[in-house]
Amino acid sequence: MTAFYSIYRGYFRTALVVQFQYRVAMIIWLLGGIIEPVMYLVVWRTVAQQQGGAVGGYAVNDFAVYFIAIMLVEHGTFSWIMWEYDFRIRMGQFSSQLLKPIHPIHSDIADNIGYKFLTLIIMAPTAALLAWLFNASWQPDARTLAIFVPVLVLAFLMRFFWEWSLAMLAFWTTRVDAINQAYFIVVLFFAGRLAPLELFPQFLQRVADILPFRWMLAFPVELLLGRLTPNELWLGIGAQLFWLVAGYLVMRVIYRAGIRRYAAFGA
Amino acid sequence: MTQENPVIEIEELSKVYTVTEREAGLAAAFRSLVNRKTRDVRAVDKISFAVGEGEIVGFLGPNGAGKTTTLKMLAGLLHPTDGRAAVLGFRPWERNRDYLRRMTLVMGQRNQLVWDIPVIDTFELNRAVYRIPETDYRRTVDELTELLELAPLLRKPTRNLSLGERMKCEIAAALLHRPWVLFLDEPTIGLDVTMQRRIRQFLVEYNQRTGATVLLTSHYMADVEALCKRVIVIHHGKLLYDGELSGLADRFAPFKTVEVELQNGAGGRPLDEYGEVLVRSPGRVTLRVPKIETASVTGRILTDLEVADLTVQDPPIEDVIEQVFSQEATESEEG
Repeated sequence: MTAFYSIYRGYFRTALVVQFQYRVAMIIWLLGGIIEPVMYLVVWRTVAQQQGGAVGGYAVNDFAVYFIAIMLVEHGTFSWIMWEYDFRIRMGQFSSQLLKPIHPIHSDIADNIGYKFLTLIIMAPTAALLAWLFNASWQPDARTLAIFVPVLVLAFLMRFFWEWSLAMLAFWTTRVDAINQAYFIVVLFFAGRLAPLELFPQFLQRVADILPFRWMLAFPVELLLGRLTPNELWLGIGAQLFWLVAGYLVMRVIYRAGIRRYAAFGA
Repeated sequence: MTQENPVIEIEELSKVYTVTEREAGLAAAFRSLVNRKTRDVRAVDKISFAVGEGEIVGFLGPNGAGKTTTLKMLAGLLHPTDGRAAVLGFRPWERNRDYLRRMTLVMGQRNQLVWDIPVIDTFELNRAVYRIPETDYRRTVDELTELLELAPLLRKPTRNLSLGERMKCEIAAALLHRPWVLFLDEPTIGLDVTMQRRIRQFLVEYNQRTGATVLLTSHYMADVEALCKRVIVIHHGKLLYDGELSGLADRFAPFKTVEVELQNGAGGRPLDEYGEVLVRSPGRVTLRVPKIETASVTGRILTDLEVADLTVQDPPIEDVIEQVFSQEATESEEG
């Protein structure tokens, strides 16, 4: 455990130093993560105002809170590994990772968390600014906030395992960009980035329940908004745990198969 | 060669790559969608050898001979198609953590240094990843800094280093965990002569200090001559020779070079009755003489001509190697 602690500390340090080197790139990434939810916020807010103050169960204020929360949770759980893996394999970086006596996922997790912490300096005030601009009022109770922390960690980990697994398709195909694009569209819909899932037709809501994406993003946000019954909360945590374990197992299987393929074809 | 306590032991090791092939042109591209043609390339073909503890062995062969493929199999990056290999008792491609902690692979163009951070920070990262105890780490860094003269480089980000500086730091980073086995693929590639010499000296010292086993490839014969008593030569994936470096000339170059300095020049006299004339200038001639005739030829030269000086040498190792590679790989499979 202490060994892991010092490894992660090393990775964090590296991640922070590297991010500082690329401040401009970092700001551009952040802007993307801010602009997208704000866009949907503006659209839905306008629609709600024109429909007499609410759409589905969402009032004007709910939309503001929802999308600000989406922005934060998306920031907390997103990864960029899918855009990197292919490059890593083809440029031979993967070989040097394989030579190290540690699973390569650790440096990716640390890298991701390092970036998240660093950029929180910008994300937190941005969220406050947006809340002020859109007049969002939100009064969570302490219990909700306490449950939110593990729910967010679960969301992060399960999303990370799944995206890491998907990224490994680069072992088999050079067309990872197409796969990534398809994945992001699915996430856009089924994770609740485009609109709260409650506004979807019943049928699509049930589909979203079965898929893993809702539990990565919409679920923690709905928790923050206080829209979940205790039953729904526990079911959701159960779903997160299920997808976490499944993602972990899938990651292991694909990793093993990927390595075998890599080792057969050469680097 | 057989070894008492081999650190590296491979038997009938083979690697076959399957590559897809198609002709140029759009029609061929469409055809290949349906009917993919593949071809097997035998990169390494049933090679066997063993390397004992503390040995430095040169692994030679022309481009595409299968050297890098073999090193990658031994480092656990590639699965062999057939055959066995054990390094320190581990099967490399299982990539046991205990094995990875005891070996290193340095490839000329590969970088394990993190591009954007100072070199010393990459070292720190390796310390954590390899779980090197703090005191050992300090000692090793000091030692490597001294041997490779890294002091002015450690605080610079990798991207600000020259190729030679980076290579020195790469080697240091690869040795922080004091590996017992080193696989070095062209460790001096792209470096100037001074830097090459420094890296060679360093490798000798490291080997003497730690007793590490080294298997290295290089295109620079100076590397091989300075470091390796023993060489293994492969060509077209097959083992051609395994033995002393000095024996390579005996085996593959049945000639000696005889250099003669003449007191009054040789006049117009043709000298090819003594051997093949390689270089001739007034007062000096270099001849190539079959090894078995060396004694009699030199005797004749000394009696026939007014000789100021005469030396007999093995041909340069480069020439021998060239000779080896120009021969068919099938010629001496028993090597």
